Amino acid sequence: MEQHELHLTVNGADHTLACDPDTPLLDALRAGLGLAGPRFGCGVGLCGACMVIIDGKARPSCDHPAWAAEGTQVTTVEGLSRDGALHAVQQAFLDEQAAQCGYCTSGMIVTAAALLAANPAPTEHEVREALDGNLCRCGTHGRIVAAVLRAAHQGSGPGAR
Amino acid sequence: MTPTAQPSSGLAAIPSLAANPVLSSWLAFSPGGRVTIFSGKVEYGQGVWTALAQIAAEELDVALGRVSVAPVSTGDSPDEGVTSGSLSIQHSGSALRQACAQARALLLAAAAAKTGTPADALTVDDGQILTAGRPTGLSYWSLAGPGALDREADDPVPVKPPERWSVAGRSAPRLDLPDKVTGRPRFLHDIVLPSMRYGRVVRPPALVSELISTGEPDLPPGVVVVRDGSFLGIIADTDARALRAARLVAEAARWRITESLPDADDLKGFLLSAPAEEVPVESRRDEGASAPAEETPVASRRDPDAAATAATARSAEYTRPFLAHASMAPSCAIARWDGESVTVWSHSQGVFALRDALAAGLRLDPARLTVHHAEGAGTYGHNGADDAALDAVLLARAVPGRPVRVQWSREDEMGWAPLGPAMLARLSAGLDADGKIVTWRQDVWSNGFIGRPGRGGGPRLLALAHLAGGEPMPPAPDGAATGAMGSTRNAVPGYRIPDLEVVRHRLLTMPIRTSSLRSLGAFLNVFAIESFMDELAECAGADPVAFRLAHVADPRAARVIEEVAEFSGWAGRPREEGTGYGVGYARYKGLAGYCAAVAEVEALDDVRVRRIWLAVDVGTVINPDGVVNQVEGGAVQSASWATRERVTFDRARITSVSWDSYPVLRFTEVPEVAVRIVAAPGQPETGAGEIAQGPVAAAIGNGLAQAAGVRVRDLPLTREQVIRAIEAS
Repeated sequence: MEQHELHLTVNGADHTLACDPDTPLLDALRAGLGLAGPRFGCGVGLCGACMVIIDGKARPSCDHPAWAAEGTQVTTVEGLSRDGALHAVQQAFLDEQAAQCGYCTSGMIVTAAALLAANPAPTEHEVREALDGNLCRCGTHGRIVAAVLRAAHQGSGPGAR
Repeated sequence: MTPTAQPSSGLAAIPSLAANPVLSSWLAFSPGGRVTIFSGKVEYGQGVWTALAQIAAEELDVALGRVSVAPVSTGDSPDEGVTSGSLSIQHSGSALRQACAQARALLLAAAAAKTGTPADALTVDDGQILTAGRPTGLSYWSLAGPGALDREADDPVPVKPPERWSVAGRSAPRLDLPDKVTGRPRFLHDIVLPSMRYGRVVRPPALVSELISTGEPDLPPGVVVVRDGSFLGIIADTDARALRAARLVAEAARWRITESLPDADDLKGFLLSAPAEEVPVESRRDEGASAPAEETPVASRRDPDAAATAATARSAEYTRPFLAHASMAPSCAIARWDGESVTVWSHSQGVFALRDALAAGLRLDPARLTVHHAEGAGTYGHNGADDAALDAVLLARAVPGRPVRVQWSREDEMGWAPLGPAMLARLSAGLDADGKIVTWRQDVWSNGFIGRPGRGGGPRLLALAHLAGGEPMPPAPDGAATGAMGSTRNAVPGYRIPDLEVVRHRLLTMPIRTSSLRSLGAFLNVFAIESFMDELAECAGADPVAFRLAHVADPRAARVIEEVAEFSGWAGRPREEGTGYGVGYARYKGLAGYCAAVAEVEALDDVRVRRIWLAVDVGTVINPDGVVNQVEGGAVQSASWATRERVTFDRARITSVSWDSYPVLRFTEVPEVAVRIVAAPGQPETGAGEIAQGPVAAAIGNGLAQAAGVRVRDLPLTREQVIRAIEAS
């Protein structure tokens, strides 16, 4: 198959990589750029494990063609913490111990970060609505909601963006 | 690691240490002031490594931050069997605690010899040896020279009593979470090895299928097709190309399929297809494998005088469908076939059993195989991890020297991983004139739950049946019918009942592959028993909480029931139309942790669990927040099983293979959960990960009965089932 030269802006840095034209964004991020945060869960955008932020909106990367992300700003969980300082949502996940296996965690954090960027003081219901496309099988939903509300509450903290 | 000599008999009470008695197989003082602990138990989100690190830090008197847990590997970890059954803290924790205590004593003796101070006058502060509170200049790290811990454990020495604990017994943050919130590579799925290639398996179109021809798929150059009988896989240089090639190969392949599955809409008929009454217990052994079910008495205590006092009799049947583990991460494995040696990376819960199963299945010397564990997502029982490992080995064999990573698709995981079996529990009981239960009979029908590799003979790995000359996997065993294992788990009610009989009917055919799913039979048995308790309480005109308290003999049982009633506001809660409150209780396995739950259930346009309160007694607690997290998660997962989940299938294949066709509870649907730990000082530790499932399902069922005014006995408790129950009543 003819290789396609792909130009992506991920976590603020520009990248050029060669890949098959139908490569999903998730594969470009994981295999192409070595980012482990976006995770494969279903391949059809139904579980949220692969969530990334594209131009401010959280969306699954597994069913998003990589070429369609050209010219956009892509942020993964790796891009939320900078210079060792955790994003407020990441810190809140630690404070609330809001995980068990942690496989869905990066997708949860990405979705929550996009929510708080758009709506810094969401209600609990708004948090639940925003996270409804992210599945957790361990049953840590309550802690995750508490973490997002905690991050919102501490929104002006040093790690927040 | 195999025992090298007869362990000291005093160690028998600590089975993991008795089986792996060399101290250095449990801990090492590593450079940089670190302590490395080795356990045979794997982390899959239950937080066991954090709790084990707390235990080691406590016993050694070192800061928790110094302790690291080594990845589990058949190469150098103690063999502690499978990480399952909520046993890790008992097994690994007690072994590690004792090994650390003995290591500490050894090194203090060495310090005593060097300083001339008696060992009992020495103390330890974060690994530094002190005398009269002053540094001696000695530390574990300076004292533990090479080989210092290469000796077998002696008879058990006293360990630190919990009242002196400062690290264990307190909530500690999980060691693995910082990596997980920042997206650092941590999972098996993240491992990239040099020259690694990517494999996919093309699963057959039906559970029983024969590959007739591979056809002539138009594959890009470089793609390797591997065929062995009806096992079909491909290898490519990227995962995306492997997936694409697998689709082309699947389209071109021709199969002969067999319709082998029962009617999904008549699970009761499937489970009862040959009535047990026709298979007398005494003659069951002669029936052989042709008998549809093997009948085994679980518990029997006959009291005809008590039974004769029965004034009221009730009976009822309760069912659960097949349930999927539905891990967030489809299974994955990496294997490298290097001529003489085979190396496997797997998220299996039992790497030693997997090694032996791979060796048996492929007729290899187990000594040639090494299986390294790497973390996967939560498993909730026996999922596809072990099967994916075999897939990886089969593909790696075709490209010697190169590691091959096999990624299962979501459809592979939902359609081919083992499932938790469908079950039926038939209960009957008699009450005397005072409303006391005097007689109880319980019959449980199920396929076996103990289907992990190596259990019950044979390696029990999926692809083996597909290889040329492969045999179908035999029906899953179910363990001893003790009331603690398999489908009999919690089949014996934990109540004072003078005349009691419990019988297991294990199916001897297995059209759908079954194995362990978190809490095994306890989920249905406790749902059935505790639903039935409410039905009996109603007969007796008693409050459900009071009725249970009148039948428990164990004060720890009474305490969790009283506690949950108190903090859920059970008494005097105002009744709302369409809302109900239900209670459920069980002691897990009849011998482990106690759990009582109250659920608030709404039955308006749909069945919705709003809130769950739980009181638990899990004996001595190492990490209280870890216990609460496990109980919360168990409660939410149980609410999902109880109200949503059901594996669907047609006559040939599983059809619930996506999150659309196998929905689980979402953020807008999950209940609020509140957990209280009831302190039990001096009581042995028990696991917490599986204690909530049964009681929560029962509490939901009882809450729904009150909310809807009708009893639903078939799981899941959906709107459709409520309508069906109303129509039937």
